[in-house]
Amino acid sequence: MGKTKSRERFANEINAGSMADIAFLLLFFFLVTTQILEDKGILVKLPPWSNEEPDITRLKTRNVFSVLVNASNQLLVRGEQMEVEDLRIKAKEFISNPQKREDLAETPANAIISLKNDRGTNYKTYLGVYNELQAAYSELRNETAQKRFGKEYDRLSNDQKTKIRNEIPMVISEAEPTAFGEEGN
Amino acid sequence: MSKFSKKRGKSLPPISTASLPDIIFILLFFFMVVTVMRDSELKLFVSTPFATELTKLENKSLVNFMYIGKPLEKYKSIYGTKPRLQLGDKISELRDIPIFLEKHRIKVPENQRTSISSSLRVDGGATMGIVQDVKTELRKSNQLKINYSAKRRAQE
Repeated sequence: MGKTKSRERFANEINAGSMADIAFLLLFFFLVTTQILEDKGILVKLPPWSNEEPDITRLKTRNVFSVLVNASNQLLVRGEQMEVEDLRIKAKEFISNPQKREDLAETPANAIISLKNDRGTNYKTYLGVYNELQAAYSELRNETAQKRFGKEYDRLSNDQKTKIRNEIPMVISEAEPTAFGEEGN
Repeated sequence: MSKFSKKRGKSLPPISTASLPDIIFILLFFFMVVTVMRDSELKLFVSTPFATELTKLENKSLVNFMYIGKPLEKYKSIYGTKPRLQLGDKISELRDIPIFLEKHRIKVPENQRTSISSSLRVDGGATMGIVQDVKTELRKSNQLKINYSAKRRAQE
């Protein structure tokens, strides 16, 4: 009879042990159904729409760094074939022109990168190229910031950033793509 | 009082698990807050490429998402095999872009409308033709801040 007595004593207490299991189930449900959104990417500012094609013929050839990507994802940089891996170094050399060569940009502010692709170009290649070009600019800005202020570009004050941005503006101009390649297959 | 002390003397009380659910609930709420439910079912195969120069999207409510990629296997009979554009939860045409942007724009407070950006989630295997068309359409709608979604690549 003593047993029933002890049972009666606990009767008014709800067993909360299974509560943890229920919560665990909910937790796993959320873990499975939700995805942590990959919310990073390459930020680009598009030029405003205008019906006229920008005229780059009046620019000096030495100031234009033309990059062409064809439908088989090959690169033609200033008339020479190139791999994506070499693009960053070449672009940096072109923009900064440390040896003051005749065929590279006069000053970083004058440098223009002209990017043209085909409608059949893979997006992966295109983004890789764009990434390299942007990386070239950000590396240059970083180096200038180190030299000038002894800090990385990201850690500069807004005034200093503007100064460097004016000195090395990022000009990547994109022309209308050619349409030689097969699209989507 | 005498009853209480007597019981204690006999054996150790079992460890109370009553607070365990609370701990799990805290975990649960943490995950509910940090994760974002996908508001739309993706009908395209989208695997974004890798890149190094990444910027984080700051304010989620100021971002609209556009997906470009090839339709998934089960939708191939309806939408074909060429890369398509998805806005919200349905496959769309290029001419739907201005309306889509406007629908998002009116939900945003007026003083923040200039900082609206578009996140383009494009499959690495898609061709540039459709991407270019979308970009042209965005320029025409004066939506100039865009973000090419990409995954982080470890730098050598």
